[in-house]
Amino acid sequence: MSVIGLIRMGDNTLVLGQRLSEWCGHAPALEEDIALANTALDLIGQTQLWLDLAGQREGQGRTADTLAYTRDAWDFRNLLLVEQPNRDFAVTMTRQFLFDTWHFEALQALINHADADISAIAQKSAKEVTYHRERSTDIVIALGNGTEESHDRMQGALDRLWPYVGEMFAQDDDDLTDMSVLRDAFDVHVSQTLSESTLTKPDSDFAHQGGKTGTRHSEHLGHMLATMQVLPRNYPGATW
Amino acid sequence: MTRPSVDQVWAWLDQVPDPEIPVISLVDLGIIRNVTWQGDTLEVAVTPTYSGCPATSVINLEIEASLRANGIENLSLKRQIAPPWTTDWLSDSGKAKLEAYGIAPPQAAGGPQHCPHCKSTALERISQFGSTPCKAQWRCTDCLEPFDYFKCI
Repeated sequence: MSVIGLIRMGDNTLVLGQRLSEWCGHAPALEEDIALANTALDLIGQTQLWLDLAGQREGQGRTADTLAYTRDAWDFRNLLLVEQPNRDFAVTMTRQFLFDTWHFEALQALINHADADISAIAQKSAKEVTYHRERSTDIVIALGNGTEESHDRMQGALDRLWPYVGEMFAQDDDDLTDMSVLRDAFDVHVSQTLSESTLTKPDSDFAHQGGKTGTRHSEHLGHMLATMQVLPRNYPGATW
Repeated sequence: MTRPSVDQVWAWLDQVPDPEIPVISLVDLGIIRNVTWQGDTLEVAVTPTYSGCPATSVINLEIEASLRANGIENLSLKRQIAPPWTTDWLSDSGKAKLEAYGIAPPQAAGGPQHCPHCKSTALERISQFGSTPCKAQWRCTDCLEPFDYFKCI
């Protein structure tokens, strides 16, 4: 069992949870604001479970908090997709849709993991993520079929983010399960949703790499961590 | 002291209100999974509704406060996440109390059965999320009142 595999799961939910929190108070409608904040809350809760387990298995006294707040960008093992900036609502929801679709399949696989703690976290998370996927799928369909403006923005978001899809399925022995076998199920859900959305799946299979190995994060992650970590780094051990 | 019976402990916990939805108890909510004595220590297993629910830490404090007030000295609270919490564990009395409070109880069909205020079945969903992680926002198109629906998971 790989500690890095656990950290990857926790870093994905942490980084995306933080990104979604940036919308709090800024979303286009109150209901969307609440929905994004609640999704972020689920993801941060899942982060606590994954990173606590990572810290326990590593056995060096690190907790979810120390892992989240005292590592630098090069030690993060999240997918490049989740660190991409929010930009507009179309990019935020397309990123969510792509991530939720992968996350759903990954958790379904991890429910059957031989390690009982990993299976337990996957069972808990899968319930929440089923709901996330339902919501982001509905929104992709609604905005794809919405106005000319919403359709164009959604297509633009899809074209922008598609090069980050391939990394989710890159075969790598540190993952908790073989992610490459999840691609077919991902493609089925994405293709079906896009056809209902009148959106076009980009042709290129080019995939940026380097997030889950930590070797080449985008410049966006460091800026995000600066905001997220400033308080515990400036006031170590602060409590409230 | 003599050890209170496990049934007695369950009865005490059934008096502890959920901090967000105070009309139902923690036992009604189905989040108390097990109560056992391990020697002189009372062990209570608690499961979170949603993994990030901020009420979880308050719930643990309230369990501890209630049991200490009833004379329990050695107490151990365990977080149990599997099997994951499901709204099937809400008690029938809990569901009735939710409805009387104006929160539509969870339904397997995935949406509220009727408006908790006027009982109309003419309903529309406003948002998949609501004021807490466990609820969604719906509206009655007859009496026009918005209401919370307790999501079925």
